[in-house]
Amino acid sequence: MTETRSEQVLRVDAYPTHEVGGYRVRAGKPFPFGANVVPGGVSFSVFSDQATSMTLVIFKRGEPEPMAELEFPEEFRTGSVFAMTVFGLDHENIEYGYRADGPYDPVTGHRFDARQVLSDPYARLIAGRDVWGVEPDRSRGYQYRSRVCLQDFDWGDDTPLGIPAEDLVVYETHVRGFTRHPSSQVTAPGTFAGLREKIPYLKELGINCIELLPVFEFDESDNPRTNPETGEQLFDYWGYNTVSFFAPKAGYAATGRYGMQGDEFRTLIKDLHAAGIEVILDVVFNHTAEGNEQGPTISFKGLDNATYYMLTPEGYYFNFSGTGNTVNCNHPVVRNYVLDCLRHWVADYHIDGFRFDLAAILGRALDGTPLPNPPLLELLAYDPVLRHTKLIAEAWDAGGLYEVGNFPAYGRWAEWNGKYRDTVRSFLKGDPGVTGELATRIAGSPDLYATRGTAASVNFLTAHDGFTLADLVSYNDKHNEANGENNGDGANDNNSWNCGAEGPTDDPEINALRTRQMKNALAILFTSQGIPMLLAGDEVARTQQGNNNTYCQDNELSWFDWDQVDDNAELLRFTREMIEFRKHHRELRSTAHPTGQVREHLGLPDISWHGERAWQPDWSAESRLLAVARCGTGDDDVVYVAMNAHWESHDLELPALPGGRSWHLFADTGAEAPYDIRTPGAEQELDNAGKYLIGPRSVVILVGRTHVSDDLDTP
Amino acid sequence: MTLNVKERRNKTGTVLVATGEINSETSGSLLQALLPLVREGKPLKIDLTAVTYVSSAGLRTLLVVYREAQHAGVAVTLYGVSEEVRFVMSATGFLDFFETGEAVAAAAKAKAKAAR
Repeated sequence: MTETRSEQVLRVDAYPTHEVGGYRVRAGKPFPFGANVVPGGVSFSVFSDQATSMTLVIFKRGEPEPMAELEFPEEFRTGSVFAMTVFGLDHENIEYGYRADGPYDPVTGHRFDARQVLSDPYARLIAGRDVWGVEPDRSRGYQYRSRVCLQDFDWGDDTPLGIPAEDLVVYETHVRGFTRHPSSQVTAPGTFAGLREKIPYLKELGINCIELLPVFEFDESDNPRTNPETGEQLFDYWGYNTVSFFAPKAGYAATGRYGMQGDEFRTLIKDLHAAGIEVILDVVFNHTAEGNEQGPTISFKGLDNATYYMLTPEGYYFNFSGTGNTVNCNHPVVRNYVLDCLRHWVADYHIDGFRFDLAAILGRALDGTPLPNPPLLELLAYDPVLRHTKLIAEAWDAGGLYEVGNFPAYGRWAEWNGKYRDTVRSFLKGDPGVTGELATRIAGSPDLYATRGTAASVNFLTAHDGFTLADLVSYNDKHNEANGENNGDGANDNNSWNCGAEGPTDDPEINALRTRQMKNALAILFTSQGIPMLLAGDEVARTQQGNNNTYCQDNELSWFDWDQVDDNAELLRFTREMIEFRKHHRELRSTAHPTGQVREHLGLPDISWHGERAWQPDWSAESRLLAVARCGTGDDDVVYVAMNAHWESHDLELPALPGGRSWHLFADTGAEAPYDIRTPGAEQELDNAGKYLIGPRSVVILVGRTHVSDDLDTP
Repeated sequence: MTLNVKERRNKTGTVLVATGEINSETSGSLLQALLPLVREGKPLKIDLTAVTYVSSAGLRTLLVVYREAQHAGVAVTLYGVSEEVRFVMSATGFLDFFETGEAVAAAAKAKAKAAR
């Protein structure tokens, strides 16, 4: 008989050596941690430094009471690792957890309680929150149930895309929010499968990287507040409160009720890659869902509280995250846990990169002080498995540590550039004295990233946290009453301007100005050096009605309304063409900060600054106009971007171009659609080559090249 | 829930009709029924009309059979996939690996139309 590939190789360790609680068992292997299917059974391995004993608790799937409790024999312990293989388990139909016994002495940091069943920190699947929004039965003792699964997804020929960081156009979205709105017309709204159906839209938009808000298992029902206006229950919608770090959120999968969220998520990633789109995950290692001493015991707290959390000398939780606890990231065991977790997502889910929430915490020592050479950050930067992934830091934390420009980068870390956001917003609303800093920001922030290159800067104007782009130009103040905190939550320093009326208005002039301001923002973002990041929906003017902190709003405030794709087709077209324009011009994506060095083939510098007069930028406090011209090395195009935040128009004198080249108009946000923007390569040659009138609060983009368009009137 | 399997042989190959649920408890017997048929080298059709649910382990079993068939150069086609099972297979990517009867029929129809 021909042996098939599916038949098992006989192994000596496929046979039990002991019996515990009526189950045949043998000593397991300490590594890898977690539950792993092995010949004939499942191997369980869990670490606890201070536990005096450990018990494996096994449930039949969905049952409230355990079907077995197997204490690890002493001889199954290696160092501080308890490992046991249990034979004859139907891995698909069980859930498991641990009881760890040990000292309960909060002052010394220990909070062992053998009455609690603890979730496995390495669980690759979690049951208990299988369908989004279903009210959980909180009377059950074990809420977030570890499950066993196979890591045998068939990736076919999927390989990392390896898009150079400087070529990325990042699109930040919430998995559920992207397709939950009824207008999405997808088969399974609000899921990985739903997002997969929208890949053609993303491809057409031109983005090549999607950044997903947290997808590790969290509990959306973990919010006691209600909307004071409607009485509706509020959620933990964003999910920055991780319950289980190795498990994709079941409630984000249409097949979560069948426990197939892993395969569904991987299928989405595989298809995104096939469409040329990388996947970055927003990850939250600064704190967990266990909160402080008042919070629930889910996993870490009961397994080894003193290892996993930063504790005060009195045994209380340090709170650098603003959420109750702080993960002890630079403890050697926790470091390895974070590394194992990220390796898992790269190796088993083909994730291309990570954005680290409140990453400054990852650089704090065990007592909370900032480290000059944080071992965790170094470890992640040099790890063989993570070697080519993108690592992006939100380089601040809630404890006051602000490291934008100073984040320990090891040549690998990029940062969300909060200063870019603040400066461009401030310029757009017409603040005086911003042109100097604007120049620095659009040139890739050389003051912050001189040794790291422009790709260290992730440039963004809006993100999930804060106003959407439409709200940035429609509201002076946040309107967060629906969050149930008397409008006290959310940022107050928004640098927003409502263009003359607070919120929706019928005034056509105000609405036209708002549209122009949104185009101005997009034009500046996509012509800046650094990695541009777009918030999902900004391309179609998605509004949150002035709410700048929709972390709890699982409703139309947060969802992408797909009707706006048609309703705001003008802005969508503008965004698409801007992204395409960026792809056409390498000088906008150059990793080197400009130096003013003259490009020999053009006789023009790599970057030059201009004002109303060519070569004479106005850096004065009252200036609200700045123009920049960029020359690449490999082609003859010169890109000129004039940014006018002034409420008056200005006559621009354009810099002269070397022989045979002339200025062509790509975009003028002051012009009526469809003449506001053109298709890259089909720009219109200017009649009056030396002059251009830039309208009030407008951005103009010109291309200096030799080709003369055949059809001057075609947008 | 159990799984029943019945074989039906005809000139063009073998049809295996499955009834019940394909899950971790029943997929072993399905594999035992299918692998010998794959080794016979004739085209194989798996009729899932009476299958109400295919679990993660069940889908993996079908994929293992498919891989074995690929290795042996045997064509495997799934028939009668219910809407729910088809959705689960689609969302989890398993559908991409299989020829389904509906797709085969649609392709044949298109071919016939093109020939007219």
